[in-house]
Amino acid sequence: LLRSSQPLPGPNRRRCREDEQLLGTILDEGDRGFIIDTRSAQAAKQARMSGGGTETKSSYPQWRRLHRALERGRPLQESFIRLVEACSDPSLSMDRWLSRLESSRWLSHVKAALSTACLAAQCLDREDSNVLVHGAEGTDTTLLVTALAHLILDPSCRTLSGFQGLLQREWIEAGHPFHLRCARSASSHGRGKQEAPLFLLFLDCVWQLSRQFPFSLEFGEQLLLTLFDNAYASAYGTFLCNNERERSLCKVKESTHSLWAWLNQPEEKQKYLNPLYSHNPLVIWPSVEPQSIQLWQGLFLRWIRPSQHLDEAWVEIQRLVEGK
Amino acid sequence: VENVRLLDRFSSRRAVLGTLYLTATHVIFVENGSETRKETWVLHSQISSVEKQATTATGCPLLIRCKNFQVIQLVIPQERDCHDIYISLIRLARPVKYEELYCFSFNPKLDKEEREQGWRLVDLSEEYNRMGVPNNYWQISDVNRDYGVCDSYPTEVYVPKSATAHIIVGSSKFRSRRRFPALSYYCKGNNASICRSSQPLSGFSARCLEDEQMLQAIRKANAGSDFIYVVDTRPKLNAMANRAAGKGYENEDNYSNIKFQFIGIENIHVMRNSLQKMLEVCELKSPSMSDFLWGLENSGWLKHIKAIMDAGIFIAKAVAEEGVSVLVHCSDGWDRTAQVCSVASLLLDPYYRTMKGFMVLIEKDWVSFGHKFNHRYGNLDGDPKEISPVIDQFIECVWQLMEQFPCAFEFNERFLIHIQHHIYSCQFGNFLCNSQKERRELKIQERTYSLWAHLWKNRADYLNPLYRSDHSQTQGTLHPQIASCNFLYKFWSGMYNRFEKGLHPRQSVTDYLMAVKEETQQLEEELEVLQERLANLQKSQSGDNKVKTKQQERSKHCGLYTSNNSLANTPQEYSNDLKSFPSRSPSQGDEEDSALILTQDNLKSSDPDLSANSDQESGVEDLSCRSPSGGGCLPSEDSGKDSDEAVFLAG
Repeated sequence: LLRSSQPLPGPNRRRCREDEQLLGTILDEGDRGFIIDTRSAQAAKQARMSGGGTETKSSYPQWRRLHRALERGRPLQESFIRLVEACSDPSLSMDRWLSRLESSRWLSHVKAALSTACLAAQCLDREDSNVLVHGAEGTDTTLLVTALAHLILDPSCRTLSGFQGLLQREWIEAGHPFHLRCARSASSHGRGKQEAPLFLLFLDCVWQLSRQFPFSLEFGEQLLLTLFDNAYASAYGTFLCNNERERSLCKVKESTHSLWAWLNQPEEKQKYLNPLYSHNPLVIWPSVEPQSIQLWQGLFLRWIRPSQHLDEAWVEIQRLVEGK
Repeated sequence: VENVRLLDRFSSRRAVLGTLYLTATHVIFVENGSETRKETWVLHSQISSVEKQATTATGCPLLIRCKNFQVIQLVIPQERDCHDIYISLIRLARPVKYEELYCFSFNPKLDKEEREQGWRLVDLSEEYNRMGVPNNYWQISDVNRDYGVCDSYPTEVYVPKSATAHIIVGSSKFRSRRRFPALSYYCKGNNASICRSSQPLSGFSARCLEDEQMLQAIRKANAGSDFIYVVDTRPKLNAMANRAAGKGYENEDNYSNIKFQFIGIENIHVMRNSLQKMLEVCELKSPSMSDFLWGLENSGWLKHIKAIMDAGIFIAKAVAEEGVSVLVHCSDGWDRTAQVCSVASLLLDPYYRTMKGFMVLIEKDWVSFGHKFNHRYGNLDGDPKEISPVIDQFIECVWQLMEQFPCAFEFNERFLIHIQHHIYSCQFGNFLCNSQKERRELKIQERTYSLWAHLWKNRADYLNPLYRSDHSQTQGTLHPQIASCNFLYKFWSGMYNRFEKGLHPRQSVTDYLMAVKEETQQLEEELEVLQERLANLQKSQSGDNKVKTKQQERSKHCGLYTSNNSLANTPQEYSNDLKSFPSRSPSQGDEEDSALILTQDNLKSSDPDLSANSDQESGVEDLSCRSPSGGGCLPSEDSGKDSDEAVFLAG
């Protein structure tokens, strides 16, 4: 599984021998690879006008391009805002709740993200093919897809430490611009063009996986909520800045503490473990039917509905499993 | 009929070839595979509709839709066979006599004593005693002992002490279908009660002294309050329209000390249509999130569920928090009234959240009070306009509550699903006919078996591992104040997509936790035994250290249930425009390729045949009376190994 940003043929359809060679070396003679472009074919074409573009068949003959348009940027932020507003609207009657939910399109984005990640996983696992994922910048939807694909395919990413490692590699070091993306969240109507909840979308997808495979993730919802919180505001330096270069310039490692170090302390760790976890060596294929994708109540209704009864249920589950 | 194909709804690739059999009670599809020979059984009673679709090159498609939401798609090779099957199924699914129903031939091989014991498992007079009646305020009335006053009521009803026979009879004449106000639930703690009836025949201005006295009697039976609520569960408009037909609702001016309230639950026709629309959404092939949510909202289903729940909450609050008695009615007092009274009781009294208590609740508010099971669920062929998912909605309300309060119910989701299944299956006699009177005339208890006994025997399957009778959630009243929040109502895919394996989590948390709980219990018991032994040994052998070896004995592990991770699952079709074969033209050009490359060959993967592995979720539900929890019970037509298995299971 590879990731990158978009190639830059531009309006003059430039070619780049080195880039073609690089992609060429990955495939054996006669092999086929897939490129999953997270923009629509149209958007990808239009990108050429501003210097970007796609990998053409003629330049990259062994690679088959698939387009899966995933929402990002301002529209995704709008979607998030609309959902949060719908959840906190006390006047909303039952006969309009679902259409409000639908018009936020958030769940559609969850479905699309999971489907695309599954597609990538399928190409790897079922087709035995190499896959290259990219969008435009390679820092948003690209990472969403590759990180999810890891979880689907690789059981070691589903352990608590494996998941932290995944986040560190596929989100933080891969250069997702946390500082720009996770600035003000849903309540602010600031016009920050760079704000977008990709990381939350990722966490939501992970939550969907945990619901569909309750035994297969070593961590629980509490971890996901904690990560969400820390991406926006944190006592730790882990999610600071936009990329490794900035972190180095700001001397983040020297002047802050790591979130992972704190989470992994024995007393803390306990809170984040899933009592039902049991190592599942297989690939987990989620269902992306609408019935299978649910609103993440634990996050979106966190302050709206009391979670007491559900928390008690988890305490009970813990008690039962530990009693064993 | 041979060479019939059974299609999988979600992926047309997964069609299975087999033979279709029709018996007097079931439709059976047997797969051709050499080892598995998986069977799919469907009771005729479960068939809701049969649809013949346009013949294609591959054969004649036949779609069977069941009342338990199973949808079976068959392809019959010959058109004539298809037509014959179609005609037969139509007839078989619409019995005209009760004797045609499965419960009269079902034989679980129990003796007469066991059968009678099964019927005695739920005893309503015990239940009323448990509630605390009869007492100083409430008495049994036998005024209806021969069903002379109201033929849809039971012979024994509880009424306020000050309601004489004269008052009862007078009131019954002023109520639709003669369903006079009677006790549904009595709250020992504060003397408040829930009573139920049908609408008064008040028209625009009619009055009835006895009916007014009846309501007064209910009020007087509760010294703690100087008024009662009268809750009309209909929308105001409907109730007002009824006045033109000489019926209507209670006028606060005429009835002293009542506070009148409309709740606004729609009628059976609206509900029937609502379910229909929701099922259409479920049948969409690869719907988008949009299609699904719009479709679901358009059906209005969750809105109706919430309306029923809100009504129950209102009544429970009135009783528990205000200490005020409530009289509930709708039009005839056997649909919405039953729903709302049972939801309220469930919220108020933790007993009804136990397995036994729940059976008692259904027996009380649905069976004994004359809910028209036959008409509503089509035991016999009847007026399609009478069909409506009334009890289904109540059962869903219970599920919604279970989702909000995971520790509060002794039983689990499977219990609810199986009850719903059997309401339609007519395998047991509990839900036949329209009233207690009809059931006694047909001698149901002498000729059929009770579902409650069957469920009770298998109660281990129905337990909720998170339930503890000493847990805070199980004490006292449930307070879903937050149930007024819309987003808490979820789509119940466990019920409406029950047979679609791919949709549900492959591993059941409930089953795992039950197994863990059982094993822990066993280990604890073993530990006790060993500790006793140790203590005895220490007494007899003063200070001899050899006892250590005894301690090291490991109790035998009764099969540790590991979550069955070896159940591989396969990917569904993740692309909307799936083509079986990708276009491999080399001159593809720059065009986008949205077809997912997933060929037939790739799917002949090393995955095991999931239908053989997935036990719980397969279409061969353990209710077609062949599985362990179903308790073997094959009709006599069956032959071969199945009968043996059935005998084994029944034994």
